[in-house]
This record gives sequence, structure tokens and C-alpha cells, in this order.
Amino acid sequence: MEVSRIDINVHQLTRVEGHGNIIVKVSDGKVEEVRWEITESPRFFEVMLQGRRWKDVHVIASRICGICSVSHQLASLEATEAAFGIRPSEQTILLRKLLYVGEVIESHILHLYLLAAPDFLGAGSVFSLLDSPEHKDEVLRGLRLKKLGNDIMEMIGGRAVHPQAATVNGFGRLPSTEDLLYLQGRLRNALPELEAMVQLFKGFELPQFTRETEYIALKHPQEYAWIYGYISSTDTGLATLDQYLEVANEYCVPHSTAKFAKHARESYAVGALARINNNYEQLNPMAKMAADELGLKPLCCNPFMNNIAQVVETVHVVEEGIDLVEQLLRIGIQEEDIVVPVKAGRGIGAVEAPRGLLIHDYTYDENGYIVEANCVIPTNQNHANIQRDLEVLVPRYLDRGENELRLLCEMLVRSYDPCISCSTHMLRLELR
Amino acid sequence: MKPKIAVFDFTCCEGCQLQILNCEQEMPDLVAALDIITFREVMTERSDHYDIAFIDGSCTTESEIARLKEIRQRAKMVIPIGACACLGGVNCFKNLHPMEDVLKAVYGQAAPYYDTIPARPIHAVIPIDFFIPGCPIVKEEFIRVVQEILAGKAPYLPNDPVCAECKMVGNVCVFDKGQTCLGPVTRGGCKATCVTGGAVCWGCRGLIDEPNINAEKEILEKAGLSIKDIVEEFSLFNACQEDVWK
Ligand code: SF4
Ligand code: SF4
Ligand code: SF4
Repeated sequence: MEVSRIDINVHQLTRVEGHGNIIVKVSDGKVEEVRWEITESPRFFEVMLQGRRWKDVHVIASRICGICSVSHQLASLEATEAAFGIRPSEQTILLRKLLYVGEVIESHILHLYLLAAPDFLGAGSVFSLLDSPEHKDEVLRGLRLKKLGNDIMEMIGGRAVHPQAATVNGFGRLPSTEDLLYLQGRLRNALPELEAMVQLFKGFELPQFTRETEYIALKHPQEYAWIYGYISSTDTGLATLDQYLEVANEYCVPHSTAKFAKHARESYAVGALARINNNYEQLNPMAKMAADELGLKPLCCNPFMNNIAQVVETVHVVEEGIDLVEQLLRIGIQEEDIVVPVKAGRGIGAVEAPRGLLIHDYTYDENGYIVEANCVIPTNQNHANIQRDLEVLVPRYLDRGENELRLLCEMLVRSYDPCISCSTHMLRLELR
Repeated sequence: MKPKIAVFDFTCCEGCQLQILNCEQEMPDLVAALDIITFREVMTERSDHYDIAFIDGSCTTESEIARLKEIRQRAKMVIPIGACACLGGVNCFKNLHPMEDVLKAVYGQAAPYYDTIPARPIHAVIPIDFFIPGCPIVKEEFIRVVQEILAGKAPYLPNDPVCAECKMVGNVCVFDKGQTCLGPVTRGGCKATCVTGGAVCWGCRGLIDEPNINAEKEILEKAGLSIKDIVEEFSLFNACQEDVWK
């Protein structure tokens, strides 16, 4: 089909967190404009955190994002602990990892079943899928899995959104042995459901679109990194956390300093696909089998495969959850004294939020009030990469006509599972 | 006729909308009882003909004022959900700093181009019909309010302080452990979940109708808080209610 004129203006893209527009203009068969535009109201986190006392900081940081509140809390707690020179106990770390398993399940399933699946099933929303006899059971399965993630967060953290129990150097409330045994049963029972999820997504036809780019994720020598690790790049290898500004600046600001252009590409990607591209070898056995079954192998440069990477990671974290519960049962939950020696200093905390690398960097005064705060949010690292992808995707699929092209553009952006409500930094970085 | 429902997001973390989606078990029933016609975060379909508008988030830009006015015109009922929408919540922190400083801190030289105004709760911009407090909202409360509306009743708004429920669930008072808490002046209805969850009440559901602020300040002071920390305590979720507690 010869397409000479296309005018796509997706105002406030649906089925994503936050507000963004897609604009594509083609005239006389020539692509004139391709733009991924962020219209979210600025949120001012730096200002929110400035001057606050240490014990409220993770409570506020959590409110940056409802969907990844645990990630923000943990990055925040790690930053505060690093600033004060605190090393949390093994029990605290295991509980945090388990809390994290809950968030990854909840967040991935929300995206896969509620936000992405309707595209593949030709529906506008999960609500209409619930009304369709053909798909209802699949959706109910998704909702059960989602609830598993929420129930883990409730049991370990106190509630599913902005959990209360995690605090600096410990947990204000500890789960009982019965709680852990219950979770163990729930996690084990989820395994057959995961198999069904893999089959569902195996049936979806993803566009065969690839564009080479750089993938950045945390990496840990002993484990698939979620809450601790170094910064790892598929282009340049490892970097320490305190080098994050170089990494983020280097690749996040397309029109920035000369140093940037010298180093490598104009953009990079973070998130599930970036993690699997960096840490594939450390996936748990069932997750690896799922990856095989779904044809996901590193280095995969198809951004639509981020959906599949999330499927694989969901399997991975359920296996991890079973393992974490076993470890916690083995060591036995103990009441611990929560001691916080406040002092002046700077600390950096980094985690892999469901949507990718998340960094909090705080400087405290000697009384434990924040002097300066900086957060690097996953989605703002992805914005430039989304823009580049769109620039390559549009000319390649021009012959499909306006409607199909619009859907492809929307699906591409959705594949990144963007969380725009927390990405104010993009503006900040671009305009400096 | 099923009531037509719209869910809108303004400046916020979207956690309260997420709480609606977290009603996993109830979702089939909710979908059966309500006609959800606009909910951008999860729906591509949309319509402007709604009866009830649930609003997540605060108003922080001029363009949001216009959007709110339009929603008010179309909806029979406007119901803000969550601390951001009901109180201004954490978004009000920025009001504590001069607006030019806030913009400069984040946008540097480009500051004058940004549309931002002091954060406000929804009721400060348009009249509202009811509100569901909390950061985040409690799922069970959301469902109860929906049921009451469906039954044609005025929804119930708790006005006992968090302390009442806290004692009922058998928590040890955090003041006895050397911590501080806003439970005595905060609107209950959350079963004191944060105290039960191992923390303290931060006041996210807002102040009760006639809070004894002086008594609260006294116990905070007795617990060793400085004036600065008392302000910190109140301003966590209630910065926009400064006139009541300052
Ligand atoms: S009230 Fe809390 S949970 Fe709800 S949107 Fe605001 S910050 Fe998020
Ligand atoms: S812990 Fe807080 S809410 Fe509970 S009784 Fe004490 S002051 Fe009241
Ligand atoms: S205990 Fe306090 S902070 Fe927690 S939900 Fe209830 S009102 Fe909000």
C-alpha cells in the first residue's frame, strides 16, 4: 500500500502509568515528525525530600510511585543506610528480597495482563475481556497471580501499596512462621498458573522488530540482581554505584557534552529485557526453561520482547520466593533491635525496580535531615530509547497504513511498561 | 441502569487507582455492578458521559484546573480518592518553599516555561460530593462507598480518631515505645493499619473534624520533639491544612 499522508496524534496514551503523547506526521510519503512527548505534571521529588528527617524519608520516597512503592522504599532505605554506615542483618535482607518478589509479581502481572494483553487479544481493556467468555478465565488467572504478589507484600510489608513495615535497618513488624508457611504454599500453588501464563504469551504474535541499543541493569556476582549490585552495561561492562551520574548522564542526554557522544550510543534501555540481557545466566531453572520456550535469548534487541522478559522474570521470582521463604524458615524469624546511628554523609541506594534501574542518592546533615537528594528513575532512562525506537519503527512499517501503525507505536511504548508519573527527571536532564 | 464510572488521574503516584485495580477478587462483581467507561491507566475506550467521577491526585497546574471544571460539569458526583486529592497530601511539600525556588531547583534556566501552581486538594478547586481518604485508599472502604452509592445511601465517613481503632485492635501505643504518632487527631477508618504494620500513624487520612491540636502538640513536645519536628510531623500529609495545625 502506498501511504503518502499519515497523521497520528495519540493524546494521553492509555494503558500506561502517567501521561504521554505519540505524534507521527508523514506527508508525501516522507516522515516529517516522530515524537514521544511527556505531558505529566511535574512532581518535584527533590524538593519533597529536601530538609526532611531520616525516619520519614522512605515514607515520602515511597509516594513517588504507587506501582513500585517497594522499589522506591528500598532504594531510599539503602541510601540512608549507606549514608549512616549501617549494614542490615541477614534477616532484614531476606525479608526485603521477599517483599520485592511480591512487588515484581504484582507489577509485571499488572502490565502483562491488564495493560499489554488487551492489545494482543484485540480488546480495549481488561474489563471487556472479563465480559468475554473466551478470555475470562485467562484474565481471572492473571488476577489470581496479581493477588499473590499483593498478598506477599501485605504479609511481609503490611499492605500492598506503600507498605509500612520496612524501616531503616529493619522491619517494624515481622511475619510469623505461620505467615511464611502460608506464603510457601501460595507460591508453590502458583507454579501451574505460571505454566499457563507462558503458554498464553507464547501464543501472542510479537512484531519482529529489532534495533541494537545498550542495555543497563544491576549485576551481582552471586545472584540475579534485584536490590544489590554493580551497574552493568551490555556495551561497557561494570561500573560502581558512585559512577551512576556518568552512566546516566552519558547516555540519557542526547544533546549533552562531547564526552557523551564519544562514548557510545544516543540512548539505552533499562527494565526486564535489559536485566535478562545482562544477567540471563543467573535466571532460575524454570525461568530459563520459560525463556527457551518463548524464544528469548540474550542479546535480544526487540523491544517488544520486554513483555516476554517480564513473563520469564515472573517465573524467576516465584522460584526465588520459594527459596527465600525456605531460608527464612531455616534461620527462624528473630526479634531484632533496630539501631540507627545518625551521622552526616552521603549514601547511594540502587535497586532494579520492575521497570529498571532505580537510584536514590542522599546527603544528610549531622542531625539526620536531608541536605540534598537526587533520584534516577527507570522510565526517564528509557524515554530516549523509546524515541529512537519510534524513529526506526515508523519508516519501517509505513506501508501498514495509519491505523496499524498507530497501534504498533502504542504497543511499542507499552512494551517498555513506562511509568511516566515518576519520570520528572527527563525534563531536568534534557534542559540543562 | 448501572452507574457510569470514570476514574481520572491528576498529580499523584497513581497508587489510589492501583488500589481499585487491587480489588482482584471483587473485580468481576465490580464490573458487573458498574459501567466503567473511562479509566485511562487501564482502558483505551473512553467516554465523556459519566455519572460518577473518582479523582486521584492533586491539582498542581493551570491546565488541571480547566480539566477539573470540565469534569465537574459532566459528572453528577465527584469523589476525590486518596490523600493527594482530599488533602493535597505529599504534593503540598512544594508549597512550603517559594514557587520560584521549586522551579529553579528542578528546571534551572528553563523554569519560567513551566506551568505549576501551589498544590491543592480537589475541593479547593471544584465542589465535591464525598471523598475517600487515605494514602493509599483502603480497598474495603472504596467498595463500601460504591455499595452505599448503589443503594442510594449517603456514604459513611468515619470521624473517630485512629487511636480508637488502634486500641480496639490491641496495639501497644507507640508513645509508650518512645515514638510519636498523629493517631489522636487523624481520621480513623483504616484500622490503624500503620501502627499494626509496625510503624506509626503519619496522618494520611487527614485531621478529624474537630481535632484537639494543642493537646497533640503537647504530647509531641513531651515525647521530645522540637518545634521543627512537630511541623515535620504535621506536614507529612497535611501541609495544605497548615491553617488548622499551625
Ligand atoms: S494519596 Fe498516596 S497512594 Fe494515593 S495517589 Fe496520592 S501519594 Fe499515591
Ligand atoms: S499508637 Fe498512635 S494511634 Fe495508636 S493509640 Fe497510640 S497514639 Fe493512638
Ligand atoms: S494509620 Fe494513619 S497513616 Fe496509616 S493509614 Fe491510618 S491514617 Fe493513614
